[in-house]
Amino acid sequence: MTPLLDVKSLTMTYGGRIGCTDVSFTLYPGEVLGIVGESGSGKSTLLNCLAGHLPPDRGEVIFDTRAGGPRDVLAMSEPERRMLGRTDWAFVHQNPRDGLRMRVSAGGNVGERLMAVGARHYGEIRGAALDWLDRVEIHESRIDDRPAAFSGGMQQRLQIARNLVTGPRLVFMDEPTGGLDVSVQARLLDLIRGLVRRMGLSAIVVTHDLAVVRLLADRLMVMKDGRVIETGLTDQVLDDPQAPYTQLLVSSVLQV
Amino acid sequence: MIDVQNLGKSFTLHNQGGVTIPVLTGAGFSVRPGECVALTGESGAGKSTVMRILYGNYLAQAGAVRIGGLDITRAEPREILALRRETLGYVSQFLRVVPRVPTLDVVAEPLLALGVAEEEARERARALLTRLRIPEALWSLSPTTFSGGEQQRVNIARGFVHRYPALLLDEPTASLDAQNRETVLSLIEEAKASGAAIVGIFHDLEARARVADREIDVTGFSPGRAA
Repeated sequence: MTPLLDVKSLTMTYGGRIGCTDVSFTLYPGEVLGIVGESGSGKSTLLNCLAGHLPPDRGEVIFDTRAGGPRDVLAMSEPERRMLGRTDWAFVHQNPRDGLRMRVSAGGNVGERLMAVGARHYGEIRGAALDWLDRVEIHESRIDDRPAAFSGGMQQRLQIARNLVTGPRLVFMDEPTGGLDVSVQARLLDLIRGLVRRMGLSAIVVTHDLAVVRLLADRLMVMKDGRVIETGLTDQVLDDPQAPYTQLLVSSVLQV
Repeated sequence: MIDVQNLGKSFTLHNQGGVTIPVLTGAGFSVRPGECVALTGESGAGKSTVMRILYGNYLAQAGAVRIGGLDITRAEPREILALRRETLGYVSQFLRVVPRVPTLDVVAEPLLALGVAEEEARERARALLTRLRIPEALWSLSPTTFSGGEQQRVNIARGFVHRYPALLLDEPTASLDAQNRETVLSLIEEAKASGAAIVGIFHDLEARARVADREIDVTGFSPGRAA
């Protein structure tokens, strides 16, 4: 099987400081990869490099494109990469405000992404928007409301709908359940798991919440000081951590 | 079906002075299709450790574990994930699920992951929940609020909803009443009859005598004894 994403020796420095260094991994279709580490470990830098939001110093990010097979995303032209960002890729931000247009209606937020890939028929766009609002459990009566009138959890679900409406194959998520009530978190986790399974999505989820990765990710990558220090099956890394730092991380979680 | 050779396991506690605790050495046994092997030994002898290594949950430091031809001590994570999806089931003592997901979906999930159609998956989940006497009124609720015995039966339903060719059972009858215990024992017997290779931990001696074809005392794999 061809990996969906094949990352080789990705390195990004800020001046002389390390953002992330020498990160390599592969991701296969349908897999969810979790990246954990404390603040400053380089996990967000890595995610932003992968998604094309930051320019890495070195390395390759090879994505199995629909039309042209495996290609190095970093070597693509800017318009090509932007097109990828609107079609096969999606990015769910920690703060829904970064991923939504707050002055546009909920339906408009979902429809806009469809229009960006060429949809023009109003009825079809509105139909797709309604379908997606339903899938993320937002009542259809809210379609013309602005996201500013939504709760944090609803905004996050709307952001997910906006991102998934174009049927991407790879979703980047940066702390998707951060800042939400635990009860809302659980519902969102279940929603994401269901979507991953039904759409055959692959996802890379950055979080510092070990409980979230346990339920969401198949595989786990632990980062410290910009380096990957341990990888493996999620439950194996959490239940039998090998690296000193991972052991510290796992044993520091407060039990409920 | 399950073949364990010369397995060795130790834990190194880097944050507690770097002590290394050897747990297993030279562990070896095999299980044929249709056979049930019970692991025995005192608490702390390493029964659960063996089970967890077989499931790929713990890493082994030495040896090999072949399940359905795949050596899980050397396999890629995605190969182990596929093995768990298709071949290797595990009924643990604890239920670990996303809160707020209905019981019916929790039980149907292993089938959905295999690509079984939603209606058929739910139908098979319903049949098993009925057989395990989980009241229908509870099916739409999350099992996280259930009693210990109910949670255990939901776990068992998850483990038997797909006919895994290899099955790991960690005290499947521990907190069950007589009737439900009987149901679980017949589920195990049916799985054996259909060719599943089973490794189990049973503190329930009668249950062990009834379903296990052989016993393996893991005390024999303890490093202290070997030294």
